[in-house]
Amino acid sequence: MTTPQRLLPQPSPETQRYWDGCKQHELWIPYCTDCSQHFFYPRPFCPQCFGWSVEWRRVSGRATLYTYSIQYRAYAPGFEPPYVTAIVQLEEGPRMLTNLVDIEPDPEQIRCDMPLEVVFEDASDEISLPKFRPVAS
Amino acid sequence: MSLSKKVALVGVDESDEIGICEGKTALNLHAEAARNALRDAGLQLSDVDGLFTAGPSVMGLAEYLGIQPSYMDGTSVGGSSFVIEVEHAAAAIDAGICSVALITHGEMGYSARRGRASRGGGPGRFFDPESAQAQFEMPYGVGPPPSAYSLAAMRHMHEYGTTSEQLAEVAVATRKWAQLNPKAFMRDPLSIDDVLSSRWIAYPFHLLDCCLVTDAGGACVIVGADRAKELAKPPVWLLGSGEATTHGSLVNNPDLTQTPARYSGKRAFEMAGMTPKDIDVVEVYDSFTYTALVTIEELGFCEKGEGGPFLSNQRSAPGGDFPMNTNGGGLSYTHPGMYGMFLIIEAVRQLRGECGERQVPNAKTALVNGTGGALSSTGTLILGGD
Repeated sequence: MTTPQRLLPQPSPETQRYWDGCKQHELWIPYCTDCSQHFFYPRPFCPQCFGWSVEWRRVSGRATLYTYSIQYRAYAPGFEPPYVTAIVQLEEGPRMLTNLVDIEPDPEQIRCDMPLEVVFEDASDEISLPKFRPVAS
Repeated sequence: MSLSKKVALVGVDESDEIGICEGKTALNLHAEAARNALRDAGLQLSDVDGLFTAGPSVMGLAEYLGIQPSYMDGTSVGGSSFVIEVEHAAAAIDAGICSVALITHGEMGYSARRGRASRGGGPGRFFDPESAQAQFEMPYGVGPPPSAYSLAAMRHMHEYGTTSEQLAEVAVATRKWAQLNPKAFMRDPLSIDDVLSSRWIAYPFHLLDCCLVTDAGGACVIVGADRAKELAKPPVWLLGSGEATTHGSLVNNPDLTQTPARYSGKRAFEMAGMTPKDIDVVEVYDSFTYTALVTIEELGFCEKGEGGPFLSNQRSAPGGDFPMNTNGGGLSYTHPGMYGMFLIIEAVRQLRGECGERQVPNAKTALVNGTGGALSSTGTLILGGD
């Protein structure tokens, strides 16, 4: 699925640590020490309590499938429809948008709330994208 | 402070043509609609001292129209913007900051897709490469509305058992209204099977779960209570209004089966001193069949999760006991990209009794709910005739 035209993230000062983690094939997200919750996407404060005591923590990479859809049009270069976009809920709480991989784009096989785990796709020398695949339950 | 009955909608109209407007620009549609709505009100452009729009810069629009308004509002939160701007206009008029408010819309959605015009919808949402959308969503092949709204619909189907057939009911009922509206873009008969056998766009959405993409403009004129009584047509009163946003990108909606209409609707009903059973006609945003279905729930017309059963058996079609989207909606009448203005136009026409074959008998109250972004922003209006 990777092509030279692929739209790749441009890390900002707020998100560089996240992408650095992905490059190592590790999922690191911000954690608010004021209200003791992880959050996503990264910003220098907590969107739940507006506390500014934030640290980065590595998370397990385990998640469940909150919802999905099967895209029959390519909305970005490098995608060959049909492909599966999904919102996953991390074990630690936050939700992320991603793609499901290692599963057919078939509603008979995909179920909301099914267990998933993170895998990383090396899209360039700098960017690895976290994606999610089913785990045997 | 309540805005109830402080202002009235006194003029509404579309651009000269809607659907395919070859050879025109988006701003041209703004100007045509402004002229037509002012004529409907019996007012002149020179009377306008408050200008409201979304899409172009409000400064650029004022310059194009050749006016120098003393109040301006360019709230740009997607298709709900024009509905929300009605509330803003009411507040400005009630505060004495302006006296004649003009809200305009114009987009060349159909022609822009074919490379024959600029859409006029304003800068894209995903412009900034440092934005969260650009970093955490676009790399996964999402962006345009079908790719996002389908995710919300799927979660609703999972939690509440909503079915594709129930979504198709909305498309079919809406088409029946369009068949009664000479201005509607799609007027051929439509069946549930037609919807279910149309091709996938983004599962669980078929093609016919998705709105049109047309060229169209619209405008409305709002004045204070004293002035409203002197004008050409009977005033349509703003009885209640509310606006809300719960997220920008769909993924950040705290509960994907909800929309901010639960908040904007509650405020509008409270201001009007009404409940859903007091409403005669419902005009809600239908960018997708799902958008209308979930909005009906969020506004309290039925229990949460019951939108599918509630709208079954063609309940919202002509002759049903829940007249909804009586112009044929974004699904079959017109949808240029930001549809909200057309909800307002139809609600006013229904309350004036101007709708001919599709007129809802004895319509005294109407509810309008605009939705913008990715189920991100809503504006609710409750309107009533004299």
